[in-house]
Order: sequence, then structure tokens, then C-alpha cells
Amino acid sequence: MPSLKTPLSAALIAAAVVGAAAATIPSAHAAEKEKCFGIALSGQNDCAAGPGTTCAGTSTRDYQGNAWKLVPAGTCTTIELPEGRMGSLEPLTRDLPG
Amino acid sequence: MRDYSADFAVPLLDPGAAVPPGVVGGTRRFGVYRNNVVVGLVEALADAYPIVRTLVGEEFFRAAARLFVLDNPPKSPVMLDYGVGFAEFLEDFEPAERLTYLADVARIERAALDAYHAADAEPLAIATLAAIDPDRLEAVRLVPHPAARVLATRHGAAAVWRAHTDPGSAGPVRAEGDADLVIVRPDADVAAHVLPAGALILFAMLAEGNTLGMAAAAADEVAGFDLQAALVALFAAGAFAAIAET
Repeated sequence: MPSLKTPLSAALIAAAVVGAAAATIPSAHAAEKEKCFGIALSGQNDCAAGPGTTCAGTSTRDYQGNAWKLVPAGTCTTIELPEGRMGSLEPLTRDLPG
Repeated sequence: MRDYSADFAVPLLDPGAAVPPGVVGGTRRFGVYRNNVVVGLVEALADAYPIVRTLVGEEFFRAAARLFVLDNPPKSPVMLDYGVGFAEFLEDFEPAERLTYLADVARIERAALDAYHAADAEPLAIATLAAIDPDRLEAVRLVPHPAARVLATRHGAAAVWRAHTDPGSAGPVRAEGDADLVIVRPDADVAAHVLPAGALILFAMLAEGNTLGMAAAAADEVAGFDLQAALVALFAAGAFAAIAET
């Protein structure tokens, strides 16, 4: 790393931060998403349980009831799937493997 | 015990070495096992680097991966981590010399995979930073988002990678040009964003624990650096998780 130089002026940094805050549009993050069970195609489910673990992409059946995917909040239970299936905010017992 | 596992492991990846003592069935049986080990590791690489595989084709990929595997036994029982160093291997791999972007595509794939498996965290909003007393801002330290990584790519690697990950992008890809990328995973999906000049240094310095003032000064060495633009790009991507306690 380069040698530690004199920091930029505090005023300049403050102006940049305030300017950046004004210019940044808040993006849709987890707060506006919900877990939706029973809608993911085989191998396409989401999961991020922390370092060293994964269950993403582990579902083995289409629309597997205990596998979930993140969808925009409020849309999960309105998702219609083939043969009368619907998305669910709770794990389902349908379409389980085995 | 330790000696035995070493005696057993070494010949696994060295076809020239003698069959370990105590193995029943001789060379032929051990050969089957040896082959399974190599095939399994090649498979792990194929899963980790799908775009590289697509770019060079199945046969080329497997041949190259095999050579990598023979020289790089796994260092951890976690297969998720296997293949670190594959990009560097490809960089020096003569048969792939003409594909100048290949090694950097592998680096992006690696970063995306690591980001995918990183811990969840809510990204820090720039508004939180802007709410701090302006006089204290230069002394602020930021905690990077666990999934965030920056990467300098060359030879159009970023464009090649994007063409293979974004189903919406079509048409010819220009395999030229450099791009600094930030790889993030704010929710469940990995995304890569191109960074403006100096933002990569700004992030790297902050990630090492330097103050915003120090990081901005280092990034200021880069021609065309604009602190506001760099902050907008990094915060919009969700590259930070928190303000460090001082």
C-alpha cells in the first residue's frame, strides 16, 4: 500500500459524502423482499446461510414445497404455478423429493 | 496414522509414484481410485468455473483442469474452496495464451462464487454515513459487506463475463478494455458493477481498516478520481455493511 499521506480536507470529504447521499437512490434490498416457498424450479432455490454452508440450488424437484426463493414483498402468495399450485410464505409439504 | 495418510495421498495425484504399502489389489485397483479422485476434483472445477468451461469447450477445459488438479491437491476438506489459484494457472497456461481475457474471467467467477457463499448482511446506506458529524467523517472507518469484493479486470473480461451471465445481453462482445468491478450480493443474487476511477483503491483501503480520509487520499492518486462518484458507486452496489466503532 502507498505511504499514508495527509488526509484530504475534512470539508472536502464531508461535501462528497453529502453529495453522494443526495445522488444515491436507495435500491430494493432484503427489506422489500420475502421468502416464497414452493415456487423455485429444481436446482434454482435461494439460500445463503453463512460461510461454509449452502443450500442454494439444492432442490431436486420443480416447485419443491420446502425450497424458497426471494421475491418482491407482497407478491409471493399471488404467484400462480402449473396445476393450481400457489406460492407460500410458509414451507409446504407438496412436491417434496423422495 | 499421519504417515500412512501421507503415504496414501501423495501417489493419488502422482501416477508415477508407487502404490502405497498395504493396498490390496495392486496397481490396477489403486489406479481406479486414483482416477476417481482426479475426476472428482476436475468436476469441482467445472462447477466453479462454468463460464471458463463454456469459453474453451468441454474437452479443453477438462484437459487444463486435469493438469491443475495434479499440481494442486485440495488444502481444505471443503470443496467449495477448491480451485483458488486456477485463474493464475490459466494465466500461465500456454495453450490458452490467445484468450487474453480467460484468466480474468476465471477471477470474476471465483469472486462471484465466494460472494455467493459469503454471510448475509444488510448493506449500509449512505444516508447513515451522511448523518455523521461532518468533522468526524475523515476519521470514520467502514466495515465492508461480507460478500463485497473488488477486482481489476483487463482485456474485456468483464464484458465477456457479463455476456454469459446476463441472459438479456445479446450481440457480439468486444474482448478489450479494462474495468474495475465490485462484486456484491446484497440479497440472494450476485451482481457485478463497473466502478469509476479510483473507487477500487478507495474500497481496498477501507477494507483494510484505513480511515475514510486515508483511503480517499490514496485513491486520489488515481487519475480522474472523484470521491463523490466513487462513494455513489460503492454504496449503490451495497459494498459496505457498517460503520466501525471507534
